[in-house]
Amino acid sequence: MISNSSKLLSMLPIVLPLIGALLCFVIPPRWRSFIGLLFSWSTLAACFGLVWLLATRGLTEHHLGGWEAPLGIRLRIDGLAGVFLVLTGMVGVPVGHFAMSFFKQKQPASRGVPFFWPLWLFLWASLNGIFLSADLFNLYVLLEIMGLAAVSLAILSGKAAALLAGLRYFFAALVGSMLYLMGVVLAYGSAGTLDLGLLGASLPAESITVRIAFALMMAGLLIKTALFPLHFWLPEAHSSAEAPVSAILSALVVKASFYLILRLWVEVFDGSVTFAAAQALGALGGVAAVWGSYQALRQTQLKRMVAHSTVGQIGYLFLIFPLITLSPGWEGEAPWLTSAWTAGIYQALAHGFAKSAMFLAVGIFVLAVGSDDKSSVLNMVGRLPMTTFAFALAGTSLIGLPPSGGFVAKWMLLKATFSSGQWWWAPLIVWGSFLTAGYVFMILRLSFAPSEAAPVKALNPVPKTLEVTALALGIGAILIGFRAEEVMSLLEIASPFAESVQPVTEEGGHD
Amino acid sequence: MTDQGWILLAIVASSLGPGILIFFLKEERVAARTALNLFGAILKVVLIGFVLRGFFLGEEYEFRYGIGEDLEFHLRVDSLALLFSVLSSVLWLVTTIYAIGYLKGFPNRRRFFGFFSICVTASTGIALAGNVVTFFIFYEFLTLATYPLVVHLGSRKALEAGRIYLWYTIGGGTVLFVGVVWLFVLVGSVEFGQTELLRNLPIAQNTELILLFWVIIAGLGVKAALVPLHGWLPVAMVAPAPVSALLHAVAVVKAGVFGIMRIVVDVFGFDLAGDLGVLYPLAVLAAITIVFGSIRALAQDDLKRRLAYSTVSQLSYITLGIALSGMLASLGSLVHLVHQGVMKITLFFCAGIIAETLRIHRISDMNGIGRRLPLTMTAFTVGALGMIGLPPVAGFISKWYLGFGGLEAGYSWVVPLLLLSSLLNAAYFLPILRRAWFCEPDRKWETHRSSRWWETPGMLLFPALFTALLSLLLGLFAGSEWSVRELAIQIIDAWFPLP
Amino acid sequence: MDIEPHQLYAVTAGMVFCMSLAGVFLCRHFFQKIIAINMLGASIFLLLVSIGARDEDGFPDPVPHAMVITGLVVAVSASAFALGLARRIHRTTGRTGFSDTE
Repeated sequence: MISNSSKLLSMLPIVLPLIGALLCFVIPPRWRSFIGLLFSWSTLAACFGLVWLLATRGLTEHHLGGWEAPLGIRLRIDGLAGVFLVLTGMVGVPVGHFAMSFFKQKQPASRGVPFFWPLWLFLWASLNGIFLSADLFNLYVLLEIMGLAAVSLAILSGKAAALLAGLRYFFAALVGSMLYLMGVVLAYGSAGTLDLGLLGASLPAESITVRIAFALMMAGLLIKTALFPLHFWLPEAHSSAEAPVSAILSALVVKASFYLILRLWVEVFDGSVTFAAAQALGALGGVAAVWGSYQALRQTQLKRMVAHSTVGQIGYLFLIFPLITLSPGWEGEAPWLTSAWTAGIYQALAHGFAKSAMFLAVGIFVLAVGSDDKSSVLNMVGRLPMTTFAFALAGTSLIGLPPSGGFVAKWMLLKATFSSGQWWWAPLIVWGSFLTAGYVFMILRLSFAPSEAAPVKALNPVPKTLEVTALALGIGAILIGFRAEEVMSLLEIASPFAESVQPVTEEGGHD
Repeated sequence: MTDQGWILLAIVASSLGPGILIFFLKEERVAARTALNLFGAILKVVLIGFVLRGFFLGEEYEFRYGIGEDLEFHLRVDSLALLFSVLSSVLWLVTTIYAIGYLKGFPNRRRFFGFFSICVTASTGIALAGNVVTFFIFYEFLTLATYPLVVHLGSRKALEAGRIYLWYTIGGGTVLFVGVVWLFVLVGSVEFGQTELLRNLPIAQNTELILLFWVIIAGLGVKAALVPLHGWLPVAMVAPAPVSALLHAVAVVKAGVFGIMRIVVDVFGFDLAGDLGVLYPLAVLAAITIVFGSIRALAQDDLKRRLAYSTVSQLSYITLGIALSGMLASLGSLVHLVHQGVMKITLFFCAGIIAETLRIHRISDMNGIGRRLPLTMTAFTVGALGMIGLPPVAGFISKWYLGFGGLEAGYSWVVPLLLLSSLLNAAYFLPILRRAWFCEPDRKWETHRSSRWWETPGMLLFPALFTALLSLLLGLFAGSEWSVRELAIQIIDAWFPLP
Repeated sequence: MDIEPHQLYAVTAGMVFCMSLAGVFLCRHFFQKIIAINMLGASIFLLLVSIGARDEDGFPDPVPHAMVITGLVVAVSASAFALGLARRIHRTTGRTGFSDTE
């Protein structure tokens, strides 16, 4: 009985948004927000339920359709998947509320607006699918659905710039998927299975084909994650989309491919990864952290600045790879592995909250002033204090100032850097933070400037919902810095670095 | 959490709560805002008084909360923490009254008082922090919360000052961050007082420890305004007077100095720091800052800027006292922590009154100002004489102990240094007093703030008079058992345990 | 040296893959890019089929075939979407490709 209900529960995060999306396609547009929000909330509830089940009963996996692993499709939920499921839900629901009143407010509405809800729910279903699926080919299909839905969302406004950026985004996503698929095919050719767990066990370690397969899959996913120098498509695509869409793209979509990279790196191809490859990946990440932040500092347009900031923040994610990969011949303890692993996931979490809050806040500024120039934030402290505050909170977390989620992430990252002896990453981490402080406070400084610097124009009305959702996400970015313990214990479930993996059958020690 | 831990949280929350609530009040609700502010300030003083009493009766107060891994939020009371929190809570109460009077009629008061309360939260947190991480969290928090106050006026000058302020403090914070993480990697979570952790490291790591020490001091030195990291302090004087008074004379700069104290005494320990040979360079740096600040102060015509440079110089007395690492020098350092705060806040209060009542900012315009503002200038005189170190004002006590401390440590150059510094102090304060009291007024005073009974609104005047009186009393009753000196002696006893 | 037919297919697939990958990055015209991406897909499917056919006993492995069919569906819909988007860009801006200056 319990296993049936938990099986159902583990499918709900995919099935619920899928049903919602289909429903939203067929019902008249004025009902869509309501139905969409209803399904958003229930998806969030399902994610929480699933994570609760995970926390109380440990690692679970299910075979859809009753087929066993080599043939069937496996759903698997562990700590890592749980964290990303909850992140997606907790960012997705406020962004949904934001989108509802944002599109109502924004006049004239473009033709694409009614498609927001079905597309976003499709996207959400594919994201959750990526987090839960344990089959390489399924993951390919889900990546393609994700790409299609994400690009469609990005071009909702129908403006020429958005269309062009969207097409570039789509080409990048397609090439990424193709490279990934080629890798999948090669991996299948050498191991004869597509299941993540079985592949990890059966791949020959020193095979050149496996290396090529891994390299192809990584290249494809890196394009999708927009790691420097493959980030060429991101700034335009993310900044030309509508505000709630930018938030989703920056906070969640790039995380899905990062999640896959993590999984492949530590679970499937852990026999083929080399120290040199890890160092190279870390170097790209470090350069991205500095370059993206520097580019953000140079932008004169708000949304473009925030989009470039995403490039920089993604760089931090990749700094963990050299830290979780031991140098050849390393014997003995490596206590920093858990730190680095948690740092990366915490960075993904903190960035998810902070970046969505920042895109929403900037979206409010742009909506209120009607211009995307950075001068539109002049005197915003006086006029839209709540939104400015949301921006400031998000910025605090991005810089990594305490108390915030970003601080916890940077703390653990820097600690792992020092204790692994790879101190050369520290200047990059610090420099990136410093540049981040530069652009965050550049905006805050402008927001304090008095209005006589610019002609005072009445602001377009800003509904309270918009401000509240942006602030809620900003507060979320701060609050996760207060309680890292739960996330860490969740991550330990089936973590590749935990001392003991909890078996499924463990039912607590009370009986 | 030990049973008494909640009270420490309450001390921190007593300013954070009102600070947050103020943001939800409408701008026009002056009465409610004032009530909230005063309630928070008084509650904090009462709570700290309660803890002070309990502490002397032998109670222990501690609050712990794990954030995750080895990050722990830890509040704790020891005598040094008490000294600093008594200072900041009492001065906050006084400054709140002053600020309410000062900002009457200013725009955006809600924002001002909100952030003002949050700043004091950070300052109390720094005082009560029980480990390095908690200290660092509040230290950075202070940076963030003071920024809106520095740029409060929103003028081009204020924004520029804010920019400089941020680059300095964020830069310092980043360096400190690296230092703190480094410390963690070496020995794990360090609670203040666990000096044995670093002392027990093998001697081979001494070079690394020396480097670590300077990284941390460089981070803290920004807020402690050690030359050459002092550049932000004079610039930040564009902020409204209550901000300069409380934050730039007491909270922010003291956070830096307090941090240096904690690092030298409670993390490295005098023994280890002495063995590493880092204290003597620190003392020299402090000495340079003392002289440099005083010389720069001489050249300033803007009253607040002169006071700011004076702060740069006076702060380093505290650092100097710690770096000399003797009992008497430490005692001088600790009493100066309090005395300098009280005297400097008096001077800034007076500067604010002069600026607000008469719109006078330059010293060269202050001829005969004593006739127009006799009470204010009396308070100013008391503060200035204290800074110079004339008995019986409190500043004398600090310099006395510092001088003896220098001799005790065997650095005889400290005495001439103190004499030189006092001479310079006199050189930049006495001309102000001469102009104020003995020169003929060369202008008609325009009055911008008035009161029916006093020379300026009572809300501005009385805080200044109160702190002036306090600095007199602290000096006069330095020998009594309720003086700062007694509390400081308790701290010294803990720092230099008898064998 | 004997070359099995499926090895021949595999080598061809690899060559086509590399050529079309170069095409994706070198071509500026939208339509050329879409074609190149389709060829990229085709080379992968070719490889898949050759992997499915390598069994000595002559029984083809069904999994690659299922993958090819699914992959074709995905590829067709992606191409349709890309073509639609490209046409829309052409209608609104008159552009047929990404300009060199970008």
